[in-house]
Amino acid sequence: MSELDAALTVFAQEAEELLTDMEDALLSLETKPDDSETINSLFRAMHTIKGSSGLFGFSAVVGFTHEAESVLDKVRNGERSIDAELISVLLDSKDHTAKLIEHCLTQQEAPIPASLAAESERLIRQLTGRQTTDLQQSDDSVQLEIEGGGEISVDDNWLISLEFQKDAFRNGMDPLSFIRYLRTLGEIKQILTMAPELPAGDDMDPENCYLHFKIAFQSDANKQTIEAVFDFASDDCDIKILPPNSKFEEYVNLLNAQDDNHVKRLGDMLVQVGALTQNDVDHALQSQQAIVESENQGPSKPLGEILVERHVVQQPLVDQALKKQEQTKQKLASEANYIRVDATKLGHLINLVGELVISSAAMNLIVERHGLSDAGDVAASMNALVSSIRDTALELRMVQIGETFSRFKRVVRDVSKELNKDIELYISGGETELDKTVVEKINDPLTHLIRNALDHGIESPAQRLAVGKPAQGTVQLNAYHESGHIVIQIADDGAGLNSEKILDKALANGLVKPDHDLSQQDIHNLIFAAGLSTKDQATNLSGRGVGMDVVKKNIEALRGSVEIDSIEGEGTTISIRLPLTLAIIDGFMVGTGQDRYIIPLSMVDECIEMNANECEIDEIQHYINLRGQVLPYLRLGDYFHNQIADTHRKRESVVVVKSGQTKAGFVVDELHGEHQTVIKPLGKVFERLNGITGATVLGDGNVALILDVQGLIQAAIKNKSRPAPFLTSQRIQ
Amino acid sequence: MAIELKQQKKGVIQLAIQGELTIYSVLEHKQALSPYLSSAKDIQIDLADVTEIDSAGLQLLMFLKQEAVSRGITFSLSQHSEAVVEVLELLNLSKHFGDPIVISADWKSS
Repeated sequence: MSELDAALTVFAQEAEELLTDMEDALLSLETKPDDSETINSLFRAMHTIKGSSGLFGFSAVVGFTHEAESVLDKVRNGERSIDAELISVLLDSKDHTAKLIEHCLTQQEAPIPASLAAESERLIRQLTGRQTTDLQQSDDSVQLEIEGGGEISVDDNWLISLEFQKDAFRNGMDPLSFIRYLRTLGEIKQILTMAPELPAGDDMDPENCYLHFKIAFQSDANKQTIEAVFDFASDDCDIKILPPNSKFEEYVNLLNAQDDNHVKRLGDMLVQVGALTQNDVDHALQSQQAIVESENQGPSKPLGEILVERHVVQQPLVDQALKKQEQTKQKLASEANYIRVDATKLGHLINLVGELVISSAAMNLIVERHGLSDAGDVAASMNALVSSIRDTALELRMVQIGETFSRFKRVVRDVSKELNKDIELYISGGETELDKTVVEKINDPLTHLIRNALDHGIESPAQRLAVGKPAQGTVQLNAYHESGHIVIQIADDGAGLNSEKILDKALANGLVKPDHDLSQQDIHNLIFAAGLSTKDQATNLSGRGVGMDVVKKNIEALRGSVEIDSIEGEGTTISIRLPLTLAIIDGFMVGTGQDRYIIPLSMVDECIEMNANECEIDEIQHYINLRGQVLPYLRLGDYFHNQIADTHRKRESVVVVKSGQTKAGFVVDELHGEHQTVIKPLGKVFERLNGITGATVLGDGNVALILDVQGLIQAAIKNKSRPAPFLTSQRIQ
Repeated sequence: MAIELKQQKKGVIQLAIQGELTIYSVLEHKQALSPYLSSAKDIQIDLADVTEIDSAGLQLLMFLKQEAVSRGITFSLSQHSEAVVEVLELLNLSKHFGDPIVISADWKSS
């Protein structure tokens, strides 16, 4: 029983993934209705769900998906075109399939409720309604049709076509010698000698070659051998060799016997079974290229078509190969490309890799200390391996955010229909990767923010037109990496935030006192306060005043921050900044006195020696003049109350760090360089420590503290703003 | 000169090609034969003494035939030598020229 349960879990997961893919595919079909690959993936999704549902005896699912599958099969075969209406029905069908599966999984014994059954019927009617019921299956038997030369009988013969070029004679070719040699390989059943382009009168140069031959040739030799006869002439002759029909079956068998562990290219498949030679393929590819270049537009002709046109292979054989290729693709697609791994196992692995990194650092240290030069090489190469193991192990947990993003296409589509708004979602940076655990947790806040943008942000088309904006509103989802963080932006071109309205509400709710002293930014941030909504009418989407505070809480729980940037009438951009929460980072180690600190390498902008010409420190005004740029700074030794901090060393260095747009300088005594840092969380006791996010164990067993750069920059800015008159770090002219 | 004018009367021209009819001599042959195409009504070529013929030579014969047909000249080949017959057979061109070929018993079977 438990095995069956496990199987059901896999089925549920698989079905969910397939349905998600299907939704993506359907939505992308709205813009690219002719993409056959997408249609194929739709078909595969339905087909696979039908198959697996059958295994578990979910007849309701099988019955329904079967109809959807047949419709998609017709679309795939070009018998039915796909349009907005069909896409819409298919989207509904996808949702319905999900419902059916859920019902089957949760109440296996119970019959399908009438409402679901009725919905099934309705959708099936919509799916199949517009076409005749008895579409005849196209005849499977392949018609063999051979055309070439016309007068030559070709039943069991190779058909060889030789078109010599003008310079053939001058280059020492005598076509006769090739034909004589050909006779050693088999029997020339028939030969047609032609000179279709023989010019008349003086135009005819007797030293030019105008001869063409078509030869029906009976031989057991394979294509390579026959082609080898004409090898010598290949530069001066257009050679086409068409295999005999009797070979056809052999080729088909060989094609079917080809292993299907990976998808091969059409040309390679046909060369492998001997139906084509590499030369044929190369020439066809060349002419394909030539067509692309000369027409300079549109998709190129398929290779198969070119090969058939060139009479080097028969159409049915190409069809067969394409069919085989498709089968292989499907098989590979249906086979799992992923291994499902228990997340705890993965966590364990990453912990172990962390320990490995530490002990390899320890080993390096010892090798260095004892000056074992021969061991040094080994240690260095192991070090390189360890760091790539580290990266790979961490990548295992990284997923692209694109999948999360594309789910919102559906949200935007549905919500904008519901609201009678025309809204387009643009997605960029979908390939940005972040930790899977973070992805899961960011989903809800993102959904909320997007719904907000759709409901509150974007105005109705009429309102938009009235203020001179295009009727179609846009919402943009963007993600990018910035100094060890991922930034996710949700931008809309809607109405923006109305500060007065927010303030009024906040006053009414008692969130702010009437004698407030709030900047525009502070007022915008009020929307994250609990119990505040500017929407006069609550809809079922948003507007109840709960949500934004939850969003902020969720993001802060992930050690992230959220910023809002809005211009009234032009739109709102919300930026979420999240740490990549990696267990291991590339750090930059610095030291003051006896202490070691790690700065995340991604946040280090540059390192400069103090007292150099380009960098001056102003102790009184408390700023660093870095090539004319004013930076706040922090003496790490002072900040962390190091005892020897007052005795200024001769050689201090400044590490310029940046977080987002803000920069600051950390003054340190020593630079130790890059260090692979395994983040060890600090205990509960130290949770409230300012400026420290964690610790790491160094190779020599000492502990180094990992700096909270963002927090320290804030501290540096405060430090500076106290005695100094400047507030912002701007260039001094 | 590898072409011998055997007879010329009332537009009927009898020629005999001798020796090699190959890429090395086709240009010469064409130049020698072309004038007849503009004057004659009937060209008969004796191939008895052609010792060697290659694709270029054969192409020249095809050319002559084509020219003759297009100008309404009667064109015939006769007394094919063994070398010529071998090539015509190989390329299945006997029918194209349509002239009776006499196969001598002395020839090695091709």
